[in-house]
Amino acid sequence: MKKLLALFFVLLMALSLFAGCGGNKNELVMATNAAFPPYEYKEGNKIVGIDAEIAEAIAKKLGMTLVIEDVEFGAVLTGVAQGKYDMGMAGITVTEDRKKTMDFSNTYATGIQVIIVKDGSSIKSLDDIFEFNADGDPVGLKNPDIKVGVQENTTGDIYSSDAIEKWGFNDLNEDGSIKTDRVVRYKTGAEAVAGLGTKVDCVIIDNEPAKSFVAKNQGIHILEGENEYAVEDYAICVQKGNTELLEKINKALDELKADGTIDKIINKYIPKDGGAS
Amino acid sequence: MATYFAELKNDFILNFIDEGRWRWLWEGLGNTLIITFVALLMGLAIGIVIAAVRSTFDKNRESMEMHKGFGYYVLKLSNAICHLYLTVIRGTPVVVQLLIMYFIVFATSRDSLMVAMIAFGINSGAYVAEILRGGIMSIDNGQFEAGRSLGFNYIQTMIYIIIPQVFKNVLPVLCNEFIVLLKETSVAGYVGIVDLTKAGDLIRGRTFSAFMPLIAVALIYLIMVVILTALVGVLERRLRKNER
Repeated sequence: MKKLLALFFVLLMALSLFAGCGGNKNELVMATNAAFPPYEYKEGNKIVGIDAEIAEAIAKKLGMTLVIEDVEFGAVLTGVAQGKYDMGMAGITVTEDRKKTMDFSNTYATGIQVIIVKDGSSIKSLDDIFEFNADGDPVGLKNPDIKVGVQENTTGDIYSSDAIEKWGFNDLNEDGSIKTDRVVRYKTGAEAVAGLGTKVDCVIIDNEPAKSFVAKNQGIHILEGENEYAVEDYAICVQKGNTELLEKINKALDELKADGTIDKIINKYIPKDGGAS
Repeated sequence: MATYFAELKNDFILNFIDEGRWRWLWEGLGNTLIITFVALLMGLAIGIVIAAVRSTFDKNRESMEMHKGFGYYVLKLSNAICHLYLTVIRGTPVVVQLLIMYFIVFATSRDSLMVAMIAFGINSGAYVAEILRGGIMSIDNGQFEAGRSLGFNYIQTMIYIIIPQVFKNVLPVLCNEFIVLLKETSVAGYVGIVDLTKAGDLIRGRTFSAFMPLIAVALIYLIMVVILTALVGVLERRLRKNER
């Protein structure tokens, strides 16, 4: 039995060594989660959106062919961190935690976390959802019956999970069961929005996809006013230590910014008049 | 090699110890087990009822067609309903059924755990039903005839002669179905439940390392299946004792 176990672990290690290998043709492999309009979404079989077009422009500058892989959001981050993909572009927010395991390019867009609720919901502002400490950080839920819907592993998930579960992980319900699913984590933002009103009371998600969702669904709206949950920078991530590619990407990004290509792409998907596209 | 182990250790600490991340796995394991257990019982209950209807209809069809009484039509209708259920459940993927249950059938329910139990139970019921029916039909007709000629009626023959043999025959296949069920619950994450697989995903999404969470989740599933198989093995041996 011991020998078998040893053999098993040796095999595991061998496998994990292979994990780093992979073909390297003149391709720029970008990982994304194509359920995040207008940054990336599917039109027919094609993945379109701001990220896809910017990536295309970068690939052209670098003289490489762009290959887009559509995977789960969590898999974008893990895949890039492991070097499975050359870069990740999925409206990825730069956070301190993520910086530890991957390198980020310069910022190319800004995202804001907003809250979507059903029309007539009793939630009027952030204060109706969270308890805040003196520093203004959320430390828990105001009303234990409230359920927050998010897309798993996004910043919306991490912020609200931190706020709710770092303090409340071992909280018990009145009947003694452990309080858990107050943050309901869906595979995509669209599923979270589909559950709005019946399954969850509010959805915390990035501003631009939120607008698209609200435009396509009746009876829901984004909380206006001072209810921005967090302002964050979107950037392209590459494997930690892959400075060669990172510098190339940054150079291409700067050039694209300078000649107005990026503004043009963003304006194409997000009209300046603020109307939801 | 030493650095490899040091890295492995750091990876382990990052994924499971830091911020108490192992608690995701613990919670996920609990949810996976409770969903599987309830779905298993539900599946067995549904399966037994449906297998009884279907095999009774199959076995008695000819004799009942000769003088079509009220019972014949009741049985024929129930058989048709069971057939429809089997077709729909076995003809659609369990993830789709789960999402339909979650977003459409139980649209207003907030208890996603309960919805998942019901969805997996109904799904498993279809497979268990066919396993049991196969077991009943595989028993030689001579056994029926022997029972009837001893003076047992149809139901008595079933309970005292057929079912005990069926149970022994289908046990390995049932065990197979339970293993499949246990592993199928890994799609519960689609409806926001933190099951074992999802727990691994959530850790992965926060630490960005794939190795540790995935291997840990795989090992836990493996251990559960090994234990389940061993238990069924013991049961099988006990049941075989009277064969000699």
